[in-house]
Amino acid sequence: MSRLNDDNLRLAQEIIGRYPRPRSATIPLLHLAQEQTGYVTNDAIKHVAELVGATSAEVLGTATFYEMFKFEPVGKYLINICGTMSCALMGSDELMHHAEQRLGVRAGGTTDDGLFTLEHAECQAACTEAPCLQVNYRHSYRVTAADLDVLIDDLRAGTLDGDIPAHGTLARVRQQIPAARAAGVVAPERIGSPAWFPAPQPMESKEANA
Amino acid sequence: MSTYPWAAGYIDDGDRPKVVTSRFEYEDGYTLERYHATGGYEALELALAKTPGAVHDDVRGATVLGRGGAGFPAGVKWGLMPAEKYPRYLVVNGDESEPGTYKDRLLMERDPHQLIEGCLIAAYAAGLAQVFLYIRGEMPLAHERVAVALNEAYAAGYIGKNILGTDFSVDIVLHWGAGAYVVGEETALIESLEGKRGEPRLKPPYFPAAIGLYGQPTVVNNVETLANLPWLIVNGVEAYTAIGTATSPGTRMVAVSGHVQRPGVYEIVNGTTTFRDLLYGQEFCQGIRNGNELKAFVPGGGSAPWFTPEQLDLPFEGKLVGAAGSMLGSGAIMVMDHTTDIPAAALTLTRFYAHESCGQCTPCREGGTWLERVMQRVVEGHGTPADLDQLLEIGESICPGDFPHAASSALGLTATPFPYKMTTICFVGPSAYAPVHSALTLFRSEFEAKITRRNSIPVAAVHASPEPAGAH
Repeated sequence: MSRLNDDNLRLAQEIIGRYPRPRSATIPLLHLAQEQTGYVTNDAIKHVAELVGATSAEVLGTATFYEMFKFEPVGKYLINICGTMSCALMGSDELMHHAEQRLGVRAGGTTDDGLFTLEHAECQAACTEAPCLQVNYRHSYRVTAADLDVLIDDLRAGTLDGDIPAHGTLARVRQQIPAARAAGVVAPERIGSPAWFPAPQPMESKEANA
Repeated sequence: MSTYPWAAGYIDDGDRPKVVTSRFEYEDGYTLERYHATGGYEALELALAKTPGAVHDDVRGATVLGRGGAGFPAGVKWGLMPAEKYPRYLVVNGDESEPGTYKDRLLMERDPHQLIEGCLIAAYAAGLAQVFLYIRGEMPLAHERVAVALNEAYAAGYIGKNILGTDFSVDIVLHWGAGAYVVGEETALIESLEGKRGEPRLKPPYFPAAIGLYGQPTVVNNVETLANLPWLIVNGVEAYTAIGTATSPGTRMVAVSGHVQRPGVYEIVNGTTTFRDLLYGQEFCQGIRNGNELKAFVPGGGSAPWFTPEQLDLPFEGKLVGAAGSMLGSGAIMVMDHTTDIPAAALTLTRFYAHESCGQCTPCREGGTWLERVMQRVVEGHGTPADLDQLLEIGESICPGDFPHAASSALGLTATPFPYKMTTICFVGPSAYAPVHSALTLFRSEFEAKITRRNSIPVAAVHASPEPAGAH
């Protein structure tokens, strides 16, 4: 059920084709899986493993290393409130406390309606606009308790659906490499320097010593 | 002064040279149309008219320092690759996650073509046959902007086969991260790009120049570093080195956050701008919020040892800042005013690094967590006098010997210069200790106050032991 669907499978094969080693596509493919289901299922792990030529254990080992991959359902909206220094100095503890009260869950929890998951996050690269948060990795800056209330109301009402896709979807635009323009994958086995780059003079003595 | 709603955080004020932020003033600065209208891809044409070696010489001659944290010159880094081993790869480090830092995200969101042009110039000059642009997963807007720009640049013939009709051919592949601070370390970035857990590789080799991606020679450059290249090629080495100082030429993007009147991301002149200029200057942060007193500041991202007002007149110059006991790192300054609870502030950073430890090295995996736990109980008022020595002892196991710190005339301390020794493969472990060490060295009385207050509560009446728990 939660193996990659046909569209995502085509996309996955296209992505794999850009790397000298299929396994390099592991993280992008896991993102595709998470986009499809909202989280990474065991079936998806198996499917990605088949596609990149690794074992399920290897793919699971990679997947579990990274914060963004979730292995059980999370809310449609993942609210990450930053708590690292710049945000902490500007009141992120109070903001988190307010969010917990307002949503009725502790950090790490999901609301009963499945709409919101609240998490304590580390630095989100918006430190001058503290305290900041991300909803499905889309930023809000200088967030007050009142701002958070409005944001939650708007998310609940669906008025931000155009700006913030459901959890799992990252970029809504993808890279496309037109076949006619592609320089092509450069495998590590390729011999010699690139065409535009003058090969150094052969260093016979050095080679002989090596 | 100018701020732009489309570039939240960036402040464009004063009459300073702009090397990398010149298009931030345009709402459509990320489009190919605007890039063309403002001189875009001229540098690529100029570079392709020269030999790769000549372009490399420009980058070497301009001493373009790495903007990711270590400040290693890009031209020298490219030159570390063995001359006979091919293919070579370029991995672009867009995994910006150092606490306090954001500049690469803005550069990718606001001017992706400048980055792409920088990648192409680097690939041409150093003979790099394929480029992987690794963007932090938590930055979907940067992904979208870079993806669109890549698609535009492919269509326009700037990327791919026979670029601008020459024999220069290279693909740029957009790659997604998935949330792991340690992946910003260049060998961890390579592991991650190979589809593995993002664990830094054992050193030596210290650089992936000889053995990098798929075991091949690899250059890993930061986004801001590469974004410097188009301007350098168009304006020349002399113009580049005319900005800043001989050892720190050009500009740098810095983010100043925390308790200042006007926090922001500024493009500053490298080497000469002082921390006092930045924190108090009218064209920069305009002083501490509400006219408060400055207590301390972190000069170079969460990993950097702290400074106090005594170091305000230091310029933004790596060697001087290193000698003074800290580092410039990734250009992130976090400012604390006199109302700041110093142990609590240090805890937020220690928690970050403890959380981000990859778990390979015991001193970091265990030590970082212990630092966090002990700091937590001290901050919450459950600490004991022995805890403070214990924090230093844990730190000693991660970084044996003298740890860098700033001078303090008030405390009679002289500076211990950068760098430190470490028992770990990478800097995440030492980074967990840096805020603890700085806070304890410069503000020990604040820790003692938290412990004294706790000890004033008659614990013996509650607990059986007459001594506070954990005293031994």
